Amino acid sequence: MLLFVLKRLGVMLLTALCLTFVVFWLTNLEPNLEKLAKEQANARMTDEQVESWLEGHGYRRPLLLRYGEWVGGVVQGDLGTSSVFRKPVAEIVGERLGYTGWLMFWVMVVMVPSALLIGVLAGMREGSRTDRTLSTFSIASTATPEYVSGVILVVLFASSRGGLSPIFLERGTLLKGVATSATDSITFENFALPVATMALYGMGYIARMTRASMAEVMTAQYIRTARLKGVSFPSIVIRHALRNALIAPFTVIMLQFPWLLTGVVIVETLFNYKGFGWTLVQAASNNDIELLLSCSIVAVLVVLVTQLISDVGYVWLNPRIRVR
Amino acid sequence: MTDTDDTPILEIDKLSISFFTQGGEIPAVMDFSCTVRPGEALGLVGESGCGKSTVALGVMQDLGRNGRITGGSIRFRGRDLTSLNAAELRRIRGNEIAMIYQEPMASLNPAMKIGRQLMEVPMIHQGASAAEARALALEVVEAVRLPDPERMLRAYPHQLSGGQQQRIVIAMALMSKPSLLILDEPTTALDVTVEAGIVELVKDLGARFGTSMLFISHNLGLVLETCDRLCVMYSGEAVERGSIADVFDRMRHPYTQGLFRSIPLPGADKNARPLVAIPGNFPLPHERPPGCNFGPRCDYFQAGRCDAAPVPMADVPGDDRHETRCLRHDEIDWLAGPVASADTEPVTPGDVVLSVRELRKYYEVAGSAFGTGEARVVKANESVTLEAREAETLAIVGESGCGKSTLAKLLLGLETATAGSITLAGEEIQDIAVEARDRGTVSSIQMVFQNPFDTLNPSHSVGAQIMRVLELFGVGNSTAERRERMLELLDMVKLPRAFASRMPRQLSGGQKQRIGIARAFAGTPKVVVADEPVSALDVSVQAAVTELLTEIQRRNRTTMLFISHDLSIVRYLADRVMVMYLGHVVEIGTTDEVFSPPYHPYTEALLSAVPIADTSVVKKHVVLEGDIPSAMNPPPGCPFQTRCPRKAEVPGDRCETEVPPLRDLGHGHGVKCHLSREVLDGMEPVIRIA
Ligand SMILES: Nc1ncnc2c1ncn2[C@@H]1O[C@H](COP(=O)(O)OP(=O)(O)OP(=O)(O)O)[C@@H](O)[C@H]1O
Ligand code: SF4
Ligand code: SF4
Ligand SMILES: [Mg+2]
Repeated sequence: MLLFVLKRLGVMLLTALCLTFVVFWLTNLEPNLEKLAKEQANARMTDEQVESWLEGHGYRRPLLLRYGEWVGGVVQGDLGTSSVFRKPVAEIVGERLGYTGWLMFWVMVVMVPSALLIGVLAGMREGSRTDRTLSTFSIASTATPEYVSGVILVVLFASSRGGLSPIFLERGTLLKGVATSATDSITFENFALPVATMALYGMGYIARMTRASMAEVMTAQYIRTARLKGVSFPSIVIRHALRNALIAPFTVIMLQFPWLLTGVVIVETLFNYKGFGWTLVQAASNNDIELLLSCSIVAVLVVLVTQLISDVGYVWLNPRIRVR
Repeated sequence: MTDTDDTPILEIDKLSISFFTQGGEIPAVMDFSCTVRPGEALGLVGESGCGKSTVALGVMQDLGRNGRITGGSIRFRGRDLTSLNAAELRRIRGNEIAMIYQEPMASLNPAMKIGRQLMEVPMIHQGASAAEARALALEVVEAVRLPDPERMLRAYPHQLSGGQQQRIVIAMALMSKPSLLILDEPTTALDVTVEAGIVELVKDLGARFGTSMLFISHNLGLVLETCDRLCVMYSGEAVERGSIADVFDRMRHPYTQGLFRSIPLPGADKNARPLVAIPGNFPLPHERPPGCNFGPRCDYFQAGRCDAAPVPMADVPGDDRHETRCLRHDEIDWLAGPVASADTEPVTPGDVVLSVRELRKYYEVAGSAFGTGEARVVKANESVTLEAREAETLAIVGESGCGKSTLAKLLLGLETATAGSITLAGEEIQDIAVEARDRGTVSSIQMVFQNPFDTLNPSHSVGAQIMRVLELFGVGNSTAERRERMLELLDMVKLPRAFASRMPRQLSGGQKQRIGIARAFAGTPKVVVADEPVSALDVSVQAAVTELLTEIQRRNRTTMLFISHDLSIVRYLADRVMVMYLGHVVEIGTTDEVFSPPYHPYTEALLSAVPIADTSVVKKHVVLEGDIPSAMNPPPGCPFQTRCPRKAEVPGDRCETEVPPLRDLGHGHGVKCHLSREVLDGMEPVIRIA
């Protein structure tokens, strides 16, 4: 087991190196550097001035050397300085990740239990009316991208002219369409919409996986054994079927994390919530090299750590392949 | 038994069960009645598809979404089960009626420890505390004779062998001391020697707890060993019911008679007393004939009478509760022998065609799933030596994992040998894989496979597939010639020529196996390897296919290697027998030599384990402990030493340390055992006809 984890960590390191190198190379392409110089110093610089600025700030040294220096810095815990925010990258990434962490946390809290519940309820009696209703709902929710469902939700709950707000309230809206204030304190009002937007999209997918897996488990021989032992239907579902049925969706849930990162970019921009996704957009549009590099590392970490968790969890749930 | 309360435990009366599918109603069980009294074991026998399991599930009221009881009643201790609500049913299931079915691995929850699965039963039904339930579980696991009960309770199902899993399933059924136990083919997935242990266990437990049993099986021998009464089913109906003695020795239904004539009993002999197959095929539920279901296959059929109206059950006068569903049961001369096909002369074997010397096959297998651990070696065949002559049938017998199939693969060139030699008609072929073999070699050694379903290409007509084989073997110069030969082959396997244009899915199992035989014999092979050729077929079809195979073999003077785990059929058709265990040949000799003492201790146990459907047979009782060791991790010394009941008769620790040599006891009868000549000579026959 340990060896397996170590191998995975090695792969992770290698991937991080490759990816950051690509990002490094892209951000150091000539037009990007020029843009950076003009932004940092003076927008109306001549070509010579740009050249000497770049020379002066060390951007003209060999690419590999500079990449090496950056890696060296990272190893010592120095992620560099953001050219947009003019603050240490570590500080920004830490702070923004914290905000995004809260968003993710609430998305997971809402999404996972409701998706599993929907999947289990739909799958335990395949073909029943409950199944058909819930399945239609989950298909609809996965088929709607965040920027569509987000807008619909905003119109429904956060518009003072249309949607539901005028029906219930004299003035103002039921929920807030902007989540900027949530970085200070999270309230239901300012956070419900971004969370719901993200959760809806992921939920349908997990629910359908759970349903398929649950339906299959419910036809297994050992479920019949349990039924013929006199186990009641709720206990059959909870004690005999659930664990076996969760093996497949568990992997999917874990693989949802990386997907959440892209969702985060859209939703944070849409609701102007200044988390990691929003920062990434800022960094990319301003060619903030060192911030972008750190963001890439974070992305790789998230993808690979969740994969590791999903593998380990799969093994744990499924005793048949448990490593001795 | 002084039972004052003689309400039957189970009383099924005129039960009809149908499944409703898109294609319409399928009546799976019709007008089925039977009774199980307290402490009684009732056997339910019939071919696959006749409705045995449907009856069992009907009793459990677990017919699934599309199954429904359409008539009749099922009374359990006087209460009609069909009228119970869900809660009442739950109180009965697993508490008063328990059920065990075929696949032990599939019936246990893979993600739940054995202990929890067992403890659940008393916790649901008796409201026992976890500690009480655990104590009871320990007790019951001990009762089903599993080693180290504590460890068993902590194990997951996949950590146990098939035999151990089935014992756990039985333990689970016994946790609440049910008054009725339904066993649906409980041993079909197990090896014979393991099966024997389970059967003994079930009988003991039945006697100890006074449990009534409904024992479902397609194996008449097994029913004879376990049951008091018997009910024979055919195509959804009970056709004969009675005590074991009545039904076995004074059967009053032509189908029962046909069944007994088509299974190889000790007296049968391929030359003097050949098997008599039941003609035709089993009717599908929606194609049943009018009147008697068995009519189209019955020798005593009378038009206008047997096909006029549904046949009711009738009492056989003089016997105890013996009934039959035959209109002519009192007219038929039941003592008359079968209209025997003419006796055939025994064939005299010719020269040696195939000779195998010191053949070994080792497989390297990777360690664990995650690629850690060093590769291990599976010794699938250890030093196999044999000779087979022209027109001779050599049977290879053994249980799963003994290396039978590996040997077949080596002969066919599907694998190449690790060491040793295979000589076919003077040519060494052990190192030539099948792709590298020339046409002559490929067509001169052919195989009939166990599963006729897997070996035919579903998208080509049967005729085209045979012609393709002929082309590969270089038979015939033109398509017309090959077509002619293909039609001859169809004649040879007794299929109508019109079948040439049929697709495989339009054939029954027996018909597919005939096509398999036709393909194997297409290039007039010298040697045919038949790997369990009939074990996937229904009992009544098995005899016909076996007969066909031996007849073609006899006519072509082909050498046949007949691989089987079924000793009855081996005794019936083999000239010589080779017994294998864990990759070793433990005994080899003529059929008579192997089936009579002196035996190798494993052969002795195997013979005792095989159920024989003959009330006059008395068997010596040898039941082996434990399971077959894994070929990945064979014991040191004699391969059989972990289970051998005669190990104590060998002085010292030779059995544990030294692999015994294959000793020749005379005339080429070899036995791989350390037992002394005196002990061997003192052995008694296992099977005696009283
Ligand atoms: N390709 C393979 N790789 C690894 N091990 C194998 C392979 N084929 C067979 N074995 C092992 O070799 C041993 C003998 O196998 P074989 O298939 O010959 O048994 P068998 O007697 O035919 O069993 P059964 O009656 O169940 O078919 C078994 O332990 C099996 O697991
Ligand atoms: S009723 Fe007629 S067809 Fe049916 S088994 Fe009896 S004799 Fe045969
Ligand atoms: S050698 Fe020993 S262990 Fe092996 S079969 Fe003979 S008596 Fe049994
Ligand atoms: Mg095999």
